[in-house]
Amino acid sequence: MKVIVVGNGMVCYNFCEKLRKNGSNSQFEITVYGEETRPAYDRVHLSAYFSGKTAEDLTMAPASWYAEQQIRLITGALVVKIDRVNKCITTHQGTTDNYDVLVLATGSSAFVPPIPGVDKQGVFVYRTIEDLELMTDYAKHAKTGAVIGGGLLGLEAAKAMLDLGITETHVVEFAPRLMPRQIDDAGSRILQSKLEQLGLCIHTSKSASAICGGEAINGIRFSDDTQLDVDMLVISAGIRPRDELAVASGLEVGPKGGIVVNEYLQTSDERIYAIGECALRNGLIYGLVAPGYEMAEVVASVIAGGGREKAFHGFDMSTKLKLIGVDVASFGDPFADGEACRTVVFEQTAKGVYKRINISSDGKQLLGGILIGEAENYNMLLQTCKNKIVLPPDPEDVILGSRGGQGDGGAGVLGLPDEALICSCEGISKGAICGAVNDGCETVDAIKQCTKAGTGCGGCLPMVKDLMVYTMKAQGKYVRNVLCEHFTYSRQELYDLVKLHRLNTYDEVLDHLGTGDGCEVCKPAVSSILASLWNEMILGKNNDTAQDSNDRFLANIQKGGTYSVVPRIPGGEITPDKLIVIGAVAKKYNLYTKITGGQRIDLFGAHLADLPAIWEELIAAGFESGHAYGKALRTVKSCVGSTWCRFGLLDSVSFAIRVEERYRGLRAPHKIKSAVSGCIRECAEAQSKDFGIIATEKGWNLYVGGNGGSKPQHAQLLATDLDSETCIRYIDRFLMFYISTADPLTRTATWLNKMDGGIDYLRNVVVNDSLGMAEQWEREMQALVANYACEWKVAVNDPQIRKRFSHFVNAPDEKDPTVRFESMRKQKKVTDWK
Amino acid sequence: MMNRSSNDSITWFPACKLEDVPANGGVCVKYNDEQIALFHFARRGEWYASQNLCPHRQQMVLSRGIIGSENGEPKVACPFHKKTFSLVDGHCINGAECAIKVYPVKVEDGQVFIGVSKCVEEVYA
Repeated sequence: MKVIVVGNGMVCYNFCEKLRKNGSNSQFEITVYGEETRPAYDRVHLSAYFSGKTAEDLTMAPASWYAEQQIRLITGALVVKIDRVNKCITTHQGTTDNYDVLVLATGSSAFVPPIPGVDKQGVFVYRTIEDLELMTDYAKHAKTGAVIGGGLLGLEAAKAMLDLGITETHVVEFAPRLMPRQIDDAGSRILQSKLEQLGLCIHTSKSASAICGGEAINGIRFSDDTQLDVDMLVISAGIRPRDELAVASGLEVGPKGGIVVNEYLQTSDERIYAIGECALRNGLIYGLVAPGYEMAEVVASVIAGGGREKAFHGFDMSTKLKLIGVDVASFGDPFADGEACRTVVFEQTAKGVYKRINISSDGKQLLGGILIGEAENYNMLLQTCKNKIVLPPDPEDVILGSRGGQGDGGAGVLGLPDEALICSCEGISKGAICGAVNDGCETVDAIKQCTKAGTGCGGCLPMVKDLMVYTMKAQGKYVRNVLCEHFTYSRQELYDLVKLHRLNTYDEVLDHLGTGDGCEVCKPAVSSILASLWNEMILGKNNDTAQDSNDRFLANIQKGGTYSVVPRIPGGEITPDKLIVIGAVAKKYNLYTKITGGQRIDLFGAHLADLPAIWEELIAAGFESGHAYGKALRTVKSCVGSTWCRFGLLDSVSFAIRVEERYRGLRAPHKIKSAVSGCIRECAEAQSKDFGIIATEKGWNLYVGGNGGSKPQHAQLLATDLDSETCIRYIDRFLMFYISTADPLTRTATWLNKMDGGIDYLRNVVVNDSLGMAEQWEREMQALVANYACEWKVAVNDPQIRKRFSHFVNAPDEKDPTVRFESMRKQKKVTDWK
Repeated sequence: MMNRSSNDSITWFPACKLEDVPANGGVCVKYNDEQIALFHFARRGEWYASQNLCPHRQQMVLSRGIIGSENGEPKVACPFHKKTFSLVDGHCINGAECAIKVYPVKVEDGQVFIGVSKCVEEVYA
C-alpha cells in the first residue's frame, strides 16, 4: 500500500514512527513531502533556539533515520494539487506521485490579523526556525519590541525577545487578561504582575489598528488612539490551519478553517486523512502536540488494519509550561463553577503564587484547576483528575500540601491505576512503565529507550523515576545510591556513620566502612565529610593524600601546573594597606593578578615551592586563606550598603563580613557562595547565590538554592523580614541540613530541586523546625565555627607540611623546569597546553 | 621489596628515603632531565612509579594525583581532568588517552630505588 504524507512536522514524524511499528516495510511504501528544507523539528521547544540550541538539536530525527526506515523524504517540496479521482498529487515543481492513502499533516500557520502595515520590515511571526533566524538578525538593531497576543505562544515570543536583548518588551493582548483560554482572571492578574516584575510591559484590552512607520515599523497605533513606539513586532494572535490544499481539492472544511474529520480522522474523502493542527474535529482545532500524536496513533492503527478499534474522542487540553521562569498550568476544566462544583483557591500575591482547584460538590472528585507560580503538583493533580481518584477528606491538602517527612512523594504515583497516562506526549501508561522496569529497565534512560516515555516534553520524567524506584522497591530491590566501589553507602549514610563512630581520618573510615584502596571519588568525598563534621586541619593526621588535588596543596592548580592564590577579603572590603601588600607580593613572586567575580583578588602562576613563602607574607599582613581551592564557603559579596548608598536600607557590608567570618572554611558537598544586598536593587546579585540576603524596610529577606554556572538558577525566597540573629540561625540550619544530606558535588540548587516538596518542605524544616533538628544543627554549626583556624597559618608553621610543597622530592630547591610563561598585556601568562 | 621482575638491562637509582613519600600518595623524582612520579600504596605495602607527564594535556603533574584502585588494580588520577591510569601497565582506564610508562620500584634499608632501562631518555625525546 502506498502512503503519502503531506507535511513534515512533529505529528508527521510521529505518524511515520507508529506506522512503521504497526506494519512491515514491505506492507507500506511511505513517502513524505515537506515544504520546509529541514526534516521535522521540535516546534514545542522552538524557544530553546534562543538559549543556545541549534537547529540540529531540535531535529526530531536526521534525514538518515528516514532512509533507515525506508521512508522517502522529499523536503522543500510544496504539494499544490490532489487529483482525487486518479489518487495522485502534484508538487509546485510539477512532479506527480500516486497514493493509496493520503495523510494531510499540513499543520498551521500563524494567524496575521488584517491590520494595515503588517507587511513592514521588522514585523514577524513566531512559527519556524527561519522566522527565528530573521528575528535574531533584526533584533541586533532593535531596542524596543512588542508582541501582539498574550497567549501561550505570544508569551514564548516575548521571552525570545528578552533573550535577544530587547530590554523593553511589550505584550499587547486584545482580551482583558493574559492566556484567556487557559487561566482565570485572578490567576491572570498574578501571572501579569510576575511577568511585569521580570521586565515585560503588559497591555490588556488593547487592539492594534495600524502598524506605523515607513518601510520599517516604528510603532503601533491602537483603536483607542494611543500609540506605542517599537523597533520590532512579533504577531502571535493565534494559528490558522493550513487547509488551502484541502480547499483546492474540494474536501470539506470548517467555516473558520480546518479540515473536517470524523473520529477516525478521515476527511470527506475516505482515502484521505488529516491529523494535527490542520484537522477540525467536532468544531475544534487541537493546537498542542499531544493530541496530534494521539491522532497519528489512530490513523496508523486504522490503515494498518486495526479497523475501528481506535478512534479519536477529543483530547484533554491540560498543559503545564514554564513561561519566562514562571510555572503556569491548567488541567481538566479550569473554569468549572456553579452548583455542581466547589472551588478552593490559594493565593500568595507577594510570592506570585496562585492555585485553584475545582472539586465536585460531594468533595470526592477533582474536576480541574489552575496553578501559577508553583506547579510541582501538576502531574499528580492531572492524574487525580483524569483517573477520577477519590480525594482525601480535606481536598485542599492537594494544593496546600500536608507533606510530612521525606519519602512519601512517590506514594501518590503508586495510588494511580495501571492505565493512568504518565507520558501524554507518547501515550505511555503507568502499566507500560512498570512493565518495562519489571523487564529489567532499571534506569530512567533505559525506560526512555524501551518505552519512549519522557522523550517528548520530558515533563513526566520525575514521575517515571518515582515509578521506577517504587517498582524496584516492590520487587524487593533496594535502589542504592552508593559512592563508589569502595563504599556501598550514599554520602548521607556515610556522613551519619562517620559521625556515629567518631572517625577522624580517611584510613579509619576505609578500615571501618569500606574496602580496597579508595579512589579519586571516595577520597575527596570522605575528606569533605570529615572536614564538615570536625573542621580539623585537613592536611593533618596523614589526611593530605586523601584530599582532592587542590585541597592537598591549599591552592588552585592552573594550566602548566602552577597554582593560584586567593586571600580572603570578607564582604569585598579591603584597606589600601592590604591592597598594597597584595601588589607587593604579586610583584615579588611575579604573579598575574586579576579581580575575581566574588570581589577578591586572584594571584596566578605561583610555583608549588613558593606557596608557603607567599602565604607567610600574606598572613603577616593579616590575610587568611580564601578557600578558593575547597568545596567550602567561598565569598560573601556585598553591595556598598546604607553606609554610603542613598538607596541602602541596611548595612550590607557589615552583615556580609559577619556572615563570611562565621562560615569561612566551612566545607560542604560543593562550593557555597553568598551575597548581601542593601536593598531590592540587588547590586550584590544575592539571588544567584546558594544563600543570598536582601535588606527590606523591616529586616532581611533570605533566599536559598541559587547558582550561576552552566545551569543558572535563581534562589528561592525562604523567609522574609528577619532580624540579623534569626537570619543567621536560619542559615545555620539550612547549611547543616544541606551538608548532612546532599550527594557529593551537588550544589544547593540541585539539592533543593531534588527535594521532595521543594522550597515549601525546606521552609517547614528550617523555619518551622518540622524535623526537630534545629537546635542540634545550630549547636553543630557553633562547634564548627568555634573550631575554625586558617589552614594556611597552620601549614606555614608546620615543617612536616611545608616539606610537601616542593616539586622534586630529591631536589627540593629546584622548580619544575617545564613551566613556561609568555607575556600578555604587561603581565605574564602560562604557555597554552596542547 | 619490589613488585616487578627486574632484568639485566635495568639500572636502579636511589630516588629518596622511604619517609620522604607520603603514605598512600606520591612525589616527583628528578632523574637526570626526566621527571618520574613515585607512589607509595602504604595500605598494601606496594610501590609504583610512572612518568610524571599526563599524556592528555602534556602536564607534569601525575605525582600530585590521587591514587587508588579499580577492581584491585592500582591507579593514579590526574589532578587536571581525572584521567586515570593503571600503575601496573600504564594503560588509560577511563578514556582513549595513550598509555603512560611505568617503572619498577624497590625499597632497601629505608631507601627507595627506581629501575630505569638504558633507553628511558627516549621516552621523552
